[in-house]
Amino acid sequence: MLENRRLLRVLRRTVLQAVPTILGIIILNFLLLKLAPGDAADVMAGEFGAATEETMAMLRQRFGLDVPVLQQLLAYLSNLAQFSLGQSPRYGVPVSELIGQRLPSTLMLMVMALAIAFGLGIALGTAMALTAGRWPDRVLSLVSLFFYSVPGFWIGLMLIVLFSVKLNWLPSGGQETIGAGLTGLDYALDRLKHMILPATSLALFYVAIYGRLTRAAVLEVSSQDYVRTAAAKGLPPLAITLRHVIRNALLPVTTLAGIHLGGILGGAVVIETVYSWPGLGRLAFESVTRRDFNVLLGVLLLSSFLVIIANTLVDLLHAWLDPRVEVR
Amino acid sequence: MKSPVFKAAAALLVGAALLAPAAEAQQPKHGGTLRFVMKYEPPTLSALNNTSTPTTSAKVWDGLVTYDADLKPLPMLATSWSLSPDGLQYTFSLREGVTFHDGKPFTSADVAFSILRLKAGHPRGRGTFANVTEVKTPDAKTAVIVLSKPSPYLMVALGPSESPIVPKHVFESFDVATPPGPPQHIGTGPFVLKEWVRGSHAVLDRNPNYWDKPKPYLDRVIVRFMPDAAARAAAFEAGDLDLGGLAPVPLSDMERYKNHPRLAVDTRSFAYTGAQNQIFFNLDTPILKEKKVREAIAHALDLQAIVDTVFYGYAKVSPSPISVALSTWYDPAVQPRKFDVNIANKLLDEAGHPRAANGMRFPLRLLFNPFIDARLAEFVRQSLRRVGIDATTQNLEFGAYVKGVYTDRAFDLTIESLTNVFDPTVGVQRGYWSKNFRVGLPFSNSAHYENPEVDRLLEAAAVEVDPAKRKELFSQFQRIVHADVPSVDLVSPLEVIIANKKIRNYARGAEGLGDNFSDVHFVD
Repeated sequence: MLENRRLLRVLRRTVLQAVPTILGIIILNFLLLKLAPGDAADVMAGEFGAATEETMAMLRQRFGLDVPVLQQLLAYLSNLAQFSLGQSPRYGVPVSELIGQRLPSTLMLMVMALAIAFGLGIALGTAMALTAGRWPDRVLSLVSLFFYSVPGFWIGLMLIVLFSVKLNWLPSGGQETIGAGLTGLDYALDRLKHMILPATSLALFYVAIYGRLTRAAVLEVSSQDYVRTAAAKGLPPLAITLRHVIRNALLPVTTLAGIHLGGILGGAVVIETVYSWPGLGRLAFESVTRRDFNVLLGVLLLSSFLVIIANTLVDLLHAWLDPRVEVR
Repeated sequence: MKSPVFKAAAALLVGAALLAPAAEAQQPKHGGTLRFVMKYEPPTLSALNNTSTPTTSAKVWDGLVTYDADLKPLPMLATSWSLSPDGLQYTFSLREGVTFHDGKPFTSADVAFSILRLKAGHPRGRGTFANVTEVKTPDAKTAVIVLSKPSPYLMVALGPSESPIVPKHVFESFDVATPPGPPQHIGTGPFVLKEWVRGSHAVLDRNPNYWDKPKPYLDRVIVRFMPDAAARAAAFEAGDLDLGGLAPVPLSDMERYKNHPRLAVDTRSFAYTGAQNQIFFNLDTPILKEKKVREAIAHALDLQAIVDTVFYGYAKVSPSPISVALSTWYDPAVQPRKFDVNIANKLLDEAGHPRAANGMRFPLRLLFNPFIDARLAEFVRQSLRRVGIDATTQNLEFGAYVKGVYTDRAFDLTIESLTNVFDPTVGVQRGYWSKNFRVGLPFSNSAHYENPEVDRLLEAAAVEVDPAKRKELFSQFQRIVHADVPSVDLVSPLEVIIANKKIRNYARGAEGLGDNFSDVHFVD
């Protein structure tokens, strides 16, 4: 009962803080985007390769670009107030539809990448800490340094070359076998197969970070009094590591994971391009080059929601991991 | 070596080689899925009001006619056609028994509607069909296009990739400018849109009721949109793609595909594209008003070296404002200015621009269309520096580039890709006609070139019905422009196609991969 009320209070505060943040994000982004040279009509007319002045005027009018910037901003905000993200003039469909098509792909990729990064990173870090100073630690440190320093697109391409071109085990791109008409379990497996390489490429950088972080945290926690006490009362080493050490060592890792969520969304642009993955990152990137700002603002808005939600989740996770932490 | 046995074996081999195509020609195999890759996803798959989608559009919608490699019209939805002696009326007899994908019959009303819709909403159609006053439909299978002025280019503008014939009953209530979505993808073409997952792919299924039986041979065409060159290369290598055009993998990698067991490299130029790269001078820049300076720049560029190094040989030297790809109109008398650094230096000296202490004469701003390989800009920059012109390049993305050149005019030289399309009046005139100097309009007369004689020739050629006289007008135009040097025409990039060795007939005519794919089939 008390717990629920506390949670409600947290949610209320989160929402109250989120509204000005998001409003700021929208206005700032809107004005920044307007600084970019050329507008959607320029780009479309350019792509047509041939256009007349009437075409340009018609495009601008249809895109709502023929009125002053402030008026455009107000129009956008009033749209938002009615829970509408507006239309993409380029595609001629509502922005929410475009985003709705891409969101599941990106979320799945993100969740899978985070899961891999978390699982592998913590395992790697624990292994390094337990063998600190000996050769397994050295080798794994080197590996994680490698993951940390090579760019994502290169790892992505190398994985494709190895696993799709040479070994032919996994597909080279896309998110499903197109037109195969699979259903049920076969479909799920097919999707999973397509996700392995992009999620891994996206995760490896974070594996390195979480690995290093876990290593340091585990080493620190291992020297704490309560760990010595646990050992003294005769607990087996595995139980000590899992129950007492890792659980406490996870705190800094989860904090960082919340922050990384935004970064993973950003990194997804590259991975989505390399793997031809129809996700939000590419949609956003293409909207920039095409000056399709309604779409871009929609994606940015949604991303800020995602980051805020993720951070709230991390707060709650903290409270669960460490009962001493008050949910703020 | 020349034993009788060898001769017999050789004879057998030759015989087999002769037999093989004959056997192939008998009856193409039905079935199979073609996996086709495009670099960019267009906002709509239809070419009705968008010119960036010719390849997908032609699979779903037919045109009145299509073309062989030399732009000779071939029957499609129209079985025959005639032109009135005054050049003002085209009469088309339409094919019987054609239905749209939704089962409704195709009639002359659809033709009339489509032509007028193209005139109203197609970026190029506004120009191509500008002289169309009405489309008469005396009966269901006859359509007459009535013109106010002769339009000799009209007959080459009616291919499926340029002027799709759409169903009136679907588009009548549809906005002229909105990109058609999947519900509007209803045509008479050999393939029916099954699904379109934006950002990923489109699936086109065989139209079992296609009028040109037994075509199409393929069961399905999957169009994948892959913006990353390395990803496309990997997918080709992994066997996930069968066909892609516009150099789907980097030209530097092309060598690997030449001896590939499964893939073939096919290089051609297609008259419907009329690919052409050229440098336009900004004639509002004081230093470039001097013709000697422009000539010097032309002499400083080694076009063959551009073909060999920048394009790895996948281009042709194309020295005239009309691309060599438009062989009907290109005038072979126009040849590149001799590549000679000494001539260039001498001209610049004569123009009164001596080298300063640092070896440079004057600075120039060099922009380039980002759809062109940046290495071409680098080549030009270095060539100019050799003769003492301190050119600085700026790498702009497309939106910024279009604004920089056509609205802000903040450039001295720009390397453009002003393709000639299928006819000089449609594709070339826009760059050189003084009345098309329009600030803010992309791909207009960026040089600000004004020559009354050129205007006269272009305007006369636009309404000249006699092909021989028209060719003469265009020849004069090319010679004058070449002498005036508002641009340095460089090369015509080849259409580099990578194709699975087992597919046939993917680019039969002038439209290249804008072919409708009805004749595409796999061989064993």
